[in-house]
Amino acid sequence: MISQFFVLSQRGDNIVFRDLKFWKDDEEEEAPPVFNLDGVNYFHVKVAGLLFLATTRVNMSPSLVLELLQRIARVIKDYLGVLNEDSFRKNFVLVYELLDEVIDFGYVQTTSTELLKSYVFNEPIVVDAARLPPLGPAAMFMQGSKRMPGTAVTKSVVANEPGDYASSAGAGAVILDDCNFHESVHLDSFDMDRTLTLVPPDGEFPVMNYRMTQEFKPPFRINALIEGGNFKVVSFELESGAVGNTTDFKEANKKLEWGLKKIVGGSEHTLRAKLTFSQESHGNIMKEAGPVSMTFTIPMYNASKLQVRYLQIAKKSKTYNPYRWVRYVTQANSYVARL
Amino acid sequence: MPPPSQSQRSPSPSQPSGKGEVSDLKLQLRQLAGSRAPGTDDSKRDLFKKVISYMTIGIDVSSLFSEMVMCSATSDIVLKKMCYLYVGNYAKGNPELALLTINFLQKDCRDEDPMIRGLALRSLCGLRVANLVEYLVGPLGLGLKDKNGYVRTVAATGVLKLYCIHAATCIDADFTTVLKTLMLNDPDSQVVANCLSALQEIWSLEASTSEEASREREALLSKPVVYYFLNRIKDFSEWAQCLVLDLVSKYVPADSNEIFDIMNLLEDRLQHANGAVVLATIKVFLHMTLSMTDVHQQVYERIKAPLLTLVSSGSPEQSYAVLSHLHLLVMRAPILFSSDYKHFYCQYNEPSYVKKLKLDMLTAVADESNTYEIVTELCEYVANVDVPIARESVRAVGKIALQQYDVNAIVDRLLQFLEMEKDYVTAETLVLVKDLLRKYPQWSHDCIAVVGNISSKNVQEPKAKAALIWMLGEYSQDMLDAPYVLESLIDNWDEELSAEVRLHLLTAVLKCFLRRPPETQRALGAALAAGLADSHQDVHDRALFYYRLLQYDVSVADRVANPPKQAVSVFADTQSSEIKDRIFDEFNSLSVVYQKPSYMFTDKEHRGPFEFSEEVGNLSLGVESVDIVAPAHRVEASDNDLLLSTSEKEEIRGPSNNGSAYNAPAYDSALQTQSELTVPSSSLSTYSAQASSPIDDLLGLGLPTTLSPPPLNLNAKAAIEPGAFQRKWGQLPVSSSQECSISPQGAASMTTPQVLLKHMQGHSIHCIASGGKAPNFKFFFFAQKEEELATFFLVECLLNASSAKAQIKIKADDQSTSDAFSVLFQSALSKFGVS
Repeated sequence: MISQFFVLSQRGDNIVFRDLKFWKDDEEEEAPPVFNLDGVNYFHVKVAGLLFLATTRVNMSPSLVLELLQRIARVIKDYLGVLNEDSFRKNFVLVYELLDEVIDFGYVQTTSTELLKSYVFNEPIVVDAARLPPLGPAAMFMQGSKRMPGTAVTKSVVANEPGDYASSAGAGAVILDDCNFHESVHLDSFDMDRTLTLVPPDGEFPVMNYRMTQEFKPPFRINALIEGGNFKVVSFELESGAVGNTTDFKEANKKLEWGLKKIVGGSEHTLRAKLTFSQESHGNIMKEAGPVSMTFTIPMYNASKLQVRYLQIAKKSKTYNPYRWVRYVTQANSYVARL
Repeated sequence: MPPPSQSQRSPSPSQPSGKGEVSDLKLQLRQLAGSRAPGTDDSKRDLFKKVISYMTIGIDVSSLFSEMVMCSATSDIVLKKMCYLYVGNYAKGNPELALLTINFLQKDCRDEDPMIRGLALRSLCGLRVANLVEYLVGPLGLGLKDKNGYVRTVAATGVLKLYCIHAATCIDADFTTVLKTLMLNDPDSQVVANCLSALQEIWSLEASTSEEASREREALLSKPVVYYFLNRIKDFSEWAQCLVLDLVSKYVPADSNEIFDIMNLLEDRLQHANGAVVLATIKVFLHMTLSMTDVHQQVYERIKAPLLTLVSSGSPEQSYAVLSHLHLLVMRAPILFSSDYKHFYCQYNEPSYVKKLKLDMLTAVADESNTYEIVTELCEYVANVDVPIARESVRAVGKIALQQYDVNAIVDRLLQFLEMEKDYVTAETLVLVKDLLRKYPQWSHDCIAVVGNISSKNVQEPKAKAALIWMLGEYSQDMLDAPYVLESLIDNWDEELSAEVRLHLLTAVLKCFLRRPPETQRALGAALAAGLADSHQDVHDRALFYYRLLQYDVSVADRVANPPKQAVSVFADTQSSEIKDRIFDEFNSLSVVYQKPSYMFTDKEHRGPFEFSEEVGNLSLGVESVDIVAPAHRVEASDNDLLLSTSEKEEIRGPSNNGSAYNAPAYDSALQTQSELTVPSSSLSTYSAQASSPIDDLLGLGLPTTLSPPPLNLNAKAAIEPGAFQRKWGQLPVSSSQECSISPQGAASMTTPQVLLKHMQGHSIHCIASGGKAPNFKFFFFAQKEEELATFFLVECLLNASSAKAQIKIKADDQSTSDAFSVLFQSALSKFGVS
């Protein structure tokens, strides 16, 4: 029983607003994803710099609403190609059209992209079609963008501090702690031979999420050396050879940032930075420094070693011939080295 | 009407101011209205889009209503949809204009294209104009019978809309019967789902006034209906599955076989990628097994993995919602999660609302086996640049220290925090060291040595300052410069803004004076003088009190200021176990995220499906003198249960809850239900109530002994678990509400509630909670049918001993026998004191 739905820009302007039930109140603020203000519960998720917001007075399942908001964002992205303020403003009528079919009187009807197709008539006005959005961090296998049906992406998301690896797993089995599946997936033979059968819905979706705590070979090693002493300015000494080096020191959050566009496997890169503090440092500098957090994407590499052995398209459609394509990607979620 | 008000708030520069553009649009729309030229539809689309974009950004375009309606005579579905959107937005504010749309909407409801029929019907129901409801009934009736599933889906929700606009019209048209038929027969699962949500909402609202509706609401929870939904759960969309699962979680299975069947059926729902489905399933599992301790524990083990997977996949927002639930479970049974502590480590880039929950969980799961690792991890966060998290982390370390595991190492760590010389870390640490010293006075030497090195100038936060001052006073003997530090603080009395700090200063300086008089005399004088002149009433009063106390007798002052102290063993828990239970009952709702039961944040009419009746709310809070017999033991007991083997459990059960039985009716494996139920005696109220007023006798109400018990047999060893009682009490309608009399002898013997409990027990009616002092008592009774163990009767009984009257409210699982039970209950009550 969702009462209202908004999409807000970062400034807080309404881009889309749908009053779903019979009361009204308009207050928004930046806060935890769910909060209560004067008896009204506000839910929001941030997707691509946009705030998807819903309100209700009823004590309903927070997961349901937050999942729904995320799903609405994905459905809209499936239709618009790109999710940003501009594409929204150009296509708001289409978005209203979608919303009307997704939620009726506060009750969710459907969030399936292909079911919605038969109810939606506005043509999307494409904005910046060339720009493909980055892959979301959650998806493991995912159907590629709409233009490439039949593509499976196997993605490892690396989280937590990578421990020392004792053995590089070798040909050993991959042990999953747990996994869950998209509702289109049939698991009839999963227990036997680990096959997933599915009739993929339109759009992008994670087929399976899995979680494992097995030891793995960390893709990067980080060594940091800190020396005390005072210097006058922030200066960087960059080692030549690395592609697309950028460096910056952010005073506000005391963060030193180093960006590398591309790293060749097996190579080593060094950054030397000298920092001056506005006031005398009294504490132990080693204690105050760190941690080093890394975000990265490694194409064609799969830290979890989980593999798609084969991808078979059982029923070929006459109208289009899908590519069979498996891509592996490893992405950092939280890859932190402590000093 | 909705959007307009927003326009004043944030008009962005590119947005038009309104007026001129609107009249311009009006003209253009008029020109197009009658035109049949080719390309008209395209121009109309552009204009309509403009209108809707104005509407969205909050410009009032309601003045275009008639033009929009004129233009809507088109076969172009895109135009139609935009027009419906517009009409839906403005009809409520312009009822006379809305009338204009009725005609074309009604016509569209009979269109050939099911899409248009559905859309028109949805718009028609969305007009929200009360005096137009008569036009809805016909199209809705047709819509419910439509051969197209989409139209029926829309119509089912349409019925609910009609009900919300004008309930009587909806009820008179008997749409609920149609919905019920559709719900149980329609091949389209979304139609079924919409019928269910509509009926749930309508019957819940009707139940307060109509007995039939409350019976119908009950019927939704009957076995055939619940099984009907369960058997086809996979046909439903993931969202509708949540609805079904919520319904199932309210169903009370008859026996353990049923519970296992249901759990086996739903097992694979735990692997769903949608967190809402998983949580709804978990709710079913947890609530059904509440009375089956071992199975309940297995459920915890089973749901752990899927929850952890959900937490680590998905957006931070989704993971927050799941984590809140995991948090609740961890708090209920920390021991079951103690080996999973690594999952609760904070990740570097997580939002702080997630980190806070994780810190809480790390604190809770800390035990002998993992304290060292957890504290080491927490110490990393203390050094973090994220100040609020660093603070929380210090607090977490302190809380773990207070839990008594590996205190030695922790004290060292805390003292290291002080050496970091970060003001906020020092502040948090001081507060903790103070609490720690109150619990472990033996650590004073180590702590004092380090605390003594802290310059009071670096401590600014009132709480930390107060803690430091307390330590200076308490350990003035061991801290060499205590009198001088206090003195310098007193010198700055006027700059000290916090009254709390000034109060602590007064006490500390007095303590210090009593131990080291010569050194502190000057400081004490200054403090008392400043205190007496203080504008804060409490500070002033305390100074005056100390002053007079010292004048009266110094040794008395010493006894007051430095009494022998006992180490604090347990710090008060912030939440009562009743509240925690309420939150658990409301699993998979906002209550879990807010860590508050719903009555604390929702108004009555919006409590929705999770709500409990007011009375039980008061009961479980135990605000006044109501003794909660069982619930008070419950959390403690059930937490223990999770740790104990079955044999130990029995021993625990005996003394702690007198066998008031957590085991569900038909599920008593190892546990014997004792038939005697004793209640903690309230030692007060020894005076006996006055004899009942003679008026009762005059009216012949005194002894209704003529009533004889009807052939309804009750189970002498009935048992119900308090949570289940609460749930039932919340769900069931009142089947009878009566006032009856008790015998004067009975009334006179009512000095404590226990007397009546014993008596009622003789009639197989058991008490689950009682309270009050003479002459007013409140009881919650329950009884169980002998032959059908799933059938319970619940009674609320308010008894006034001085008037010898009792107000009783009866709720029953089986409505047909509730009258019989009512007679039986009254007869039992009437025999009280007559033997």
